[in-house]
Amino acid sequence: MSKPIPEEEYNRKPLTPVIRWVMGEADPYLGNVEMRRPRDNAPSEGLVQSHRKDREEVIEQVFDREHNRVLKGFNVFYRFTAVLCCVALIAMLLVAVYYLPPVGHADNPTSNEVAARYIESGLQETGAVNIVTGMILDYRAFDTFGESNVLFIATCTVLILLRDDQKKKKKLPDPEEVRERRFEPGDDIILQRVTFILFPIIMIFGIYVILNGHLSPGGGFSGGAIMGAGLILYANAFGFEKLNRFFTEKTYKWVSFGALSFYCLAKSYSFFTGANHLPSGIPLGNAGDIISSGLIFPLNICVGMVVACTMYAFFTLFRKGGF
Amino acid sequence: MQILNDLRFVAGTGLLLLGLIIFALQIFGVFKFKYVLNRMHAAAMGDTMGITCSLVGLMLLSGFNVTTLKMAMIVIFLWLASPVSSHLISRLEVVTNEELEKHCELPPEEWEDELC
Repeated sequence: MSKPIPEEEYNRKPLTPVIRWVMGEADPYLGNVEMRRPRDNAPSEGLVQSHRKDREEVIEQVFDREHNRVLKGFNVFYRFTAVLCCVALIAMLLVAVYYLPPVGHADNPTSNEVAARYIESGLQETGAVNIVTGMILDYRAFDTFGESNVLFIATCTVLILLRDDQKKKKKLPDPEEVRERRFEPGDDIILQRVTFILFPIIMIFGIYVILNGHLSPGGGFSGGAIMGAGLILYANAFGFEKLNRFFTEKTYKWVSFGALSFYCLAKSYSFFTGANHLPSGIPLGNAGDIISSGLIFPLNICVGMVVACTMYAFFTLFRKGGF
Repeated sequence: MQILNDLRFVAGTGLLLLGLIIFALQIFGVFKFKYVLNRMHAAAMGDTMGITCSLVGLMLLSGFNVTTLKMAMIVIFLWLASPVSSHLISRLEVVTNEELEKHCELPPEEWEDELC
């Protein structure tokens, strides 16, 4: 436990300048080192003129296409070689394509036992009518978890790069920025009326796509993208103040964190109990019901929430550098 | 009954073809015109009229079922969304372009406040 000492004594300590320098409070060289302005290196007007004249002369003589025969020949050669290279590349690629196996042939290397297994016993093992959802959220759930984390990490990186911290730099906003803000669709009555009609429909459609992910085409990624687009539309029409009444940085943080950690815990439990469709205590339910197919239903919701938050976060970070 | 079905087929195919022609005109207009507002006019025409003709033709062809309802909803959604996006683009062009009078006739000065 350090006891408080008066300021003079603190300033006399040998380590104090180092500490203050490290903390960025004081520059030890400021006022102690001889500082001289660099010599004025700007060339005189006549020198600039003569340089420019020389340059123009050189350009005129070198790039004189009518009379410089070497340049003319090189131009012809260049075009001819470029066409030749392109044709050769196209021919090589076409030959490679020619040797590819035909689409949909039974002997193709892609039609192996993995796809057959998914189609034959996917419904029975995962309980999802939509085979694609059964694949990405059951057989390959770990992969999807990585994808959701990639989205989250991408948002974090954009946050690091573009965050506009108003508390730290209390200075006037850039006049250029203010001028550009004026061009944004602020209070457009047409956009507001249409958003008033469309926003609930878009959100309900997104929720429908997410909740029906295991029954019909769709799922977390597409539904989340629809909801994120709806949020972006709302922010464009009514401004960020109105949107911040129900979606702030805190909401983003907790929704993303909650969804990702629930995904992680649920899949950890699944792996812990064997994962290979061994009994894990989670009933699969009737295939075709809304609440069925075990973990796929909640995992779809998690993925959808992460994707929606990421879409909106990208938009708001690029637009104004913060939530 | 047979003649009714034939009529429906003819009407649906005709509307589908009309929609495709409008789409072709849209593509042509987008690449033919030079100025933003002209090109946007062509693009917006395809998004509203072309898609409506095509989808109404498809609705006639498919008969009365849930798919028809979905296509009607797509038409309504696009009619709401597409003109608004065109409106926003044109508004941005009007606000940002300082040499607007070179390209089109401007409204009188006293309307200035309502436009921006």
